[in-house]
Amino acid sequence: MTPQSNVMVLAPVREGRAPELRQFLATMNRSPGVVDPDNGLVPFGQLDTAHFVRFVVLEDVTPNDIVPFGVPPEHYPIYLAFMADFDGERDTFVAKLVQIATNGLRQIFSFCEGFNQNTDLRWWMEAYSVPIATNYVNWVGRTSLQVGEEAALHTALISYVAQNATALSDKPPQQIHQQLREFVRSEQQAGRLPLTPDPATPLGWQIRNIGHFLGVLLVLLLVSPFLLLYLPFFLIILRHHEKHDPQVSFRINLDHADQLARIEDLDVTNQFTVMGSLKPGWFPRTTLVFLLWLVNYTAQHLYTRGRLARISTIHFARWVFMDNKKRLVFASNYDASLEAYMDDFINKVGFGLNLVFGVGVGYPRTRFLIFGGSQDEQPFKYVLRRHQLPTDVWYNAHPGLTALDRHRNTLIREGLEKNSLSDSEARQWLQLI
Amino acid sequence: MSTNPVDYADIQGLVRFGYRSLIQASFLLLQIRDRRAAGEWLTTAPISNAVDVGKAPQTALQVAFTRQGLEALGVPDSVVAGFSDEFLSGMWKPENRSRRLGDVGSSAPEAWDWGGPNDVPHVLVMAYAQSGLDGFLESVKGTSWDTAFKVIRSLGTSYLGGFEPFSFSDGISQPMLDWEQRRTTGDQLTYTNISCLGEFLFGYPNEYGHYTDRPLLPSDSTNSSLAEAEDAPGMRDLGRNGTYLVLRTLQQDVRGFWQFVNDAAGGDSRLREQLASAMVGRTRAGEPLAPLSDAPIPGVKAGTPSNQFTYDSDENGMRCPFGAHVRRSNPRNADFPPGTSGLLSKLAHDLGLTHVEYRQDIMSPTRFHRLLRRGREYGPPLSPEQALQPDYPDNEEHGLHFICLNANISRQFEFVQGAWIMSSKFDGMTGETDPLLGNRQPLANGQSTNSFLLPQEGGPARRVAGVPPFITVRGGAYFFLPGIRALKFLASAYSR
Repeated sequence: MTPQSNVMVLAPVREGRAPELRQFLATMNRSPGVVDPDNGLVPFGQLDTAHFVRFVVLEDVTPNDIVPFGVPPEHYPIYLAFMADFDGERDTFVAKLVQIATNGLRQIFSFCEGFNQNTDLRWWMEAYSVPIATNYVNWVGRTSLQVGEEAALHTALISYVAQNATALSDKPPQQIHQQLREFVRSEQQAGRLPLTPDPATPLGWQIRNIGHFLGVLLVLLLVSPFLLLYLPFFLIILRHHEKHDPQVSFRINLDHADQLARIEDLDVTNQFTVMGSLKPGWFPRTTLVFLLWLVNYTAQHLYTRGRLARISTIHFARWVFMDNKKRLVFASNYDASLEAYMDDFINKVGFGLNLVFGVGVGYPRTRFLIFGGSQDEQPFKYVLRRHQLPTDVWYNAHPGLTALDRHRNTLIREGLEKNSLSDSEARQWLQLI
Repeated sequence: MSTNPVDYADIQGLVRFGYRSLIQASFLLLQIRDRRAAGEWLTTAPISNAVDVGKAPQTALQVAFTRQGLEALGVPDSVVAGFSDEFLSGMWKPENRSRRLGDVGSSAPEAWDWGGPNDVPHVLVMAYAQSGLDGFLESVKGTSWDTAFKVIRSLGTSYLGGFEPFSFSDGISQPMLDWEQRRTTGDQLTYTNISCLGEFLFGYPNEYGHYTDRPLLPSDSTNSSLAEAEDAPGMRDLGRNGTYLVLRTLQQDVRGFWQFVNDAAGGDSRLREQLASAMVGRTRAGEPLAPLSDAPIPGVKAGTPSNQFTYDSDENGMRCPFGAHVRRSNPRNADFPPGTSGLLSKLAHDLGLTHVEYRQDIMSPTRFHRLLRRGREYGPPLSPEQALQPDYPDNEEHGLHFICLNANISRQFEFVQGAWIMSSKFDGMTGETDPLLGNRQPLANGQSTNSFLLPQEGGPARRVAGVPPFITVRGGAYFFLPGIRALKFLASAYSR
């Protein structure tokens, strides 16, 4: 299998240039929210290993929310973020990106501080790359190529079944499986339905992955006595914060909401970018650093096959600290509407949401870190929408396919590639088509 | 849990009754001409309440307002801002709302008969009668009516004997409201048909145990007629005993529906009936296709087989297709997949440590997405047999004035309409939308959504392709259906 990697470049925009940058980025779109994959600046369509790519101008629209904590509002710069999720090594991807879009990227990044006409593009992108605190991949190892091929396989099987409905109707399931295998084989021989075999997993990645899996376990084991000792203090401080932190809750500004809504629900998958401040002080910061590290571990080793705990609608997501861990940005690619996404969150992973957002300014009051919080439905939805920012440019290599579609298509392919299925396996498999 | 008993005299009767025995009804969409006269009429109008007097009334009158209507009554911005974003923005703003609701193409708001851009009514007056509706309407108008209002449109209704225009028995499944406020809101491991009062009325806890946001006013001498807010000391509750009313005029292509089904069935009347039932999920008489469940379902009265079922025993959709209209609009699932019980199993499931099939546990729990439906049909009856006769006279429109009540439009009506009815990806499916309501618009990448799948035992699903749209949205708006004290307050407080 080919593991997925990511890159995120985060650079301050030159003073006063953000509006112009937004307009410039918008030239990559056919219409608001719809990117042109062949646009002249960054022709995303040529990045055949990419899954999702975005450019987003990160401007805090809620700087004063922190004032009730007795902290003056900070004047953060406006940032430009570039994020990409892709197959294989980062270096390979960035090299290809730079190769196809040198001029476009140079023009875009020239809006940022520290970039001028003499700057080396690759060096600069590396210098402004930031570490990801938590990274989530819906299906570790499924390449963009595979997503496309398996979708084509599903479509081909649907039309074959429709065309041969009568002939297939009285055949036993196992025989239909064989007949469909035969059909796909002939299509492949004719070069119409490529199904690229899964390449070997890179040895280096395997070693690193196992090393990480065991290493973190070992570290956790070693520090667990200290964590246990810290626990009572942690709980006392936590409860103090939870009881006494000021609660700020605002309704959403309708104009801001309209801006966000304009570029949503144009396809079955949506983009989401949200940025906010952590509550001030060392405690929220260290707590979140630890929690995101833990969540990242589970995302890397446990939630690698279609679900993040109970959620099956997230393709890729990342949490990234900014400004000395005073702020956090979260970006995801998810299926269905925002309302459905938030309901899914509240009803299915409310505790997890509280863990990773609970120390944010404006987040509804939690109890013991996992209770309450997101269960306060409306304030939770308000705070998310309030901190959400319009994603200026968003590229999805496979529009029209939900994470669940991709999952089903993979199951179809797996079943197809088995030489034979038992009667009950064949029945279940046929129901996938 | 709320401690105050429900004051039925303060609730508009439609919330509790639906007035099914009042078979005549007319919905007037009004513009306020004169604020003062409108206030006078509203103050004295005989609004029907929800007190059960033991027998059905002869007539009923209900009133609701859009945002524009509240503003026309002089309600200040600071108060109006307390309503939800959906109510404030309306049914077609911002533009992604129409995309989510499926109001695009021939159903786009620009083409609506009423409620579209520049055509939002202020007030909805709903009049019901057993007989003599016109006389009743005249009698309630009184002297100030003509000064007060301009009638933009009068939506007539017709009584089709409890069937909707496609000839299916209608309005069978409704949530049962927890009027006694006994319900607790922890995890629900099995499907229940009982809903917290707060899902349908402001001022009471909802399924999350919280009070849905609505306008609260700082208590003072001008608003002492309003109830105190249970959840906010020192505040008066303008929303209490009120709710939102969603009204949409859906034109139904009865002839198109039966002709399509007939063609797909090759003209065989038995197969035609079977396919039509599969699309709905019930027979025309209302019998569910899903097998009845043995275990009692809270909120379903014993001896009502038409609602004694969930889809737990039909997980492959062999009896009732996944895409059937009633399965989409009310999937009857619980908070966890079937078989989850006890703290450990819930915990393991929450952490994603249990094995689930790819199609399992992908839907939101139904209890957060219930609607109280109060719609009425319009147009003359046209039976399937008549619809199939090419020369049978059929010059009038058929359809439904769809009405539902809910306290949270985005989580209830819009979610059901967008995520369940209109989504081509509902329940892990692909390429189909609701067989009755779907607009069949292809996805942005050209993928079609006009199939209907009938899962088959031992083979791939049978695909009915090329399903045309059968309904066109002709109008719609979001209204606030206030409690009666709030209505009288709104009528007088700001209109001078």
